Amino acid sequence: MAYTNTSEKTGSCQAVVQLKNLCKSYFLGHSELPVLREINLDFYRGQYVSIMGPSGSGKSTLLNLLGCLDRPTGGKYLLDGLDISEMDDDTLSGIRGKQIGFIFQSFNLIPQLNIIENIEVSLYYQQVHKIQRRQRAEELANRVGLGDRLKHRPSELSGGQQQRVAIARALANDPLILLADEPTGNLDSKSGHEILEMLDELHSGGKTILVVTHDLNIASRTQRSIHMLDGRIERQTVNGGSG
Amino acid sequence: MISLMQFTSIVQVSLRSLWLHRMRSILTMLGIIFGVSSVIAMLAIGEGASREAQARIARLGSTNIILKTVKPPQQTATDTTQQSIAIYGLTYDDAERFRITIPDAQVVAQSKIISQKAYYRNRVLAVELVGTVAWYPELAPIELNRGRFLSASDQRYSETVCVIDRNVADNLFVIDDPVDMDIKIAGNYYRVVGVVSETRVQSTEDMLETRVGSPPDTAGAGGRIYIPITTMKSRFGETAIQFGGSSGMLGEKVELSEITVRVPNIERVLPTRDVLEGILSRFHKQQDYQVVVPLELLREAIRSKRIFSIVLGSIAAISLLVGGIGIMNIMLATVSERTREIGIRRALGAKKQDIVFQFLSETLLLTLTGGLLGMALGAIIPIAVTYFGKMPTVITSEAMLLSFSISAAVGLTFGLYPAVKAANMDPIESLRHE
Repeated sequence: MAYTNTSEKTGSCQAVVQLKNLCKSYFLGHSELPVLREINLDFYRGQYVSIMGPSGSGKSTLLNLLGCLDRPTGGKYLLDGLDISEMDDDTLSGIRGKQIGFIFQSFNLIPQLNIIENIEVSLYYQQVHKIQRRQRAEELANRVGLGDRLKHRPSELSGGQQQRVAIARALANDPLILLADEPTGNLDSKSGHEILEMLDELHSGGKTILVVTHDLNIASRTQRSIHMLDGRIERQTVNGGSG
Repeated sequence: MISLMQFTSIVQVSLRSLWLHRMRSILTMLGIIFGVSSVIAMLAIGEGASREAQARIARLGSTNIILKTVKPPQQTATDTTQQSIAIYGLTYDDAERFRITIPDAQVVAQSKIISQKAYYRNRVLAVELVGTVAWYPELAPIELNRGRFLSASDQRYSETVCVIDRNVADNLFVIDDPVDMDIKIAGNYYRVVGVVSETRVQSTEDMLETRVGSPPDTAGAGGRIYIPITTMKSRFGETAIQFGGSSGMLGEKVELSEITVRVPNIERVLPTRDVLEGILSRFHKQQDYQVVVPLELLREAIRSKRIFSIVLGSIAAISLLVGGIGIMNIMLATVSERTREIGIRRALGAKKQDIVFQFLSETLLLTLTGGLLGMALGAIIPIAVTYFGKMPTVITSEAMLLSFSISAAVGLTFGLYPAVKAANMDPIESLRHE
């Protein structure tokens, strides 16, 4: 069930994520619409990285590719040394479930499931036994401070609480990377601040985190910012960061 | 493919989302409920009717060939003007010929049935008087309750003895023991030697009512009294004079009303029938007899039941098809409504097959629950039909199993397309869906 650290085999200096000439184009009829053009990037274990850029710069597409929701049309994406571009749909599903934790702008909790069940979803698809599943989900709910709300429905929680549930859910399988897409976009500043502190905390705990944001304040908390424009990496900056 | 644990979780989640849209789920289920219950109810009514018919025919004996006297259709219309007495029907000679031609067959003759009044002390009862042979009980659907049946010597010496049936015993003697008592019929006394009861529900005449143009008038008869056929012949003759009709007076001469021939095995029924018909056609100028073969009737009943089943099956198939389309419609709506949920699940590691199972299990839950409720309703309807409509119904386990598996098949067939459609949605698009 638990993710085993394969990088111990391949060497700790190796990047968790390696993008080599990564391209992504959409085809509208006969015309090709390039969204990502020859992206070369490495992320290392424990890094806290922000991806910035205006709308249409390709950062969402990059996030989808990193999250194995999509396949590149050119180049290579190695996640922990494994080539994602070659994998079939079922394997990709498995990778998503085990190695990647998603945190969405609009939380994306399943409305008819209660909190504990929402946290359990990704464990369920990894065929974790019910008792262990419940145990792990409760542990995570406590960790994000919602141990007393286990039986509540998402609609009964505030935005900040919902996003905390989403974080707990993202952590359930102890993933290799956490992908956060505008995690504070739908939150008031106080709740947003709590979420950011939680991400900081996870980073200091050793998690590799990628956050897509418009917000310079968020970017300044990360170690490294990647600025995108027109499907290319415009520049990269190294921040003071919290780590 | 999926473990038991996953299965129970899938069912739980399905139940919850169905519960979330209770009204929709119930309305969707109604199609299946009515489809399944009507299949079961119709099968039960059909089976009941068919079994009753088969049982009735089987009581006539599957190795029997029954020959009945029938009034020829033209006889009354044309010949009565020249001839005052119409002579027709089966004769003693016919019975004798049958016995000689087919030695190993049992032949039972029964005289025409006469309506008479039977007197005992101060009581009187309208009865059917039947003249017959000693071995009549072997072939006829009656059983001896008390005393004995008519004997061969009764027949030989034209004894004035009789065997009465239960109805006569109950209505004429009430609490007295009828055996060895005397009944007065048409001025003569007959000693009661036995009491029989009929094992049949309805008489052969009733069953064949639709087949024979003019069934014997047995209305108002309180029971049957059997006397030796020879006694019948000597006391009552073979001529009956009826008053009425346009010609004023109408005479009939009928020797036997019925001859039953039993052959040793089923294979010989049809050849024997042909032989009998050959004999009869040689000695009867007119078609004043009718040949009834219970075996053929039975086969016919089974054949018509099969046709009935096919018709019923197609009606059921159509109604379930309509129900299935309704389900598919709802499931497609559900899938598009829950597009975002599908995207979330896919992002969290759900494989395509997980999504297929998820939606398929919802459809199956709908149809199987609908199937079970339909079975319950389908079991109640025939009971109500039997109770209020006084019609026999038989609910077979096959009908139950059939309709339940049909509802499961409907769930699978009509649930698969929406489920596969859900699984094949692009996770990125689904996540963006509002």
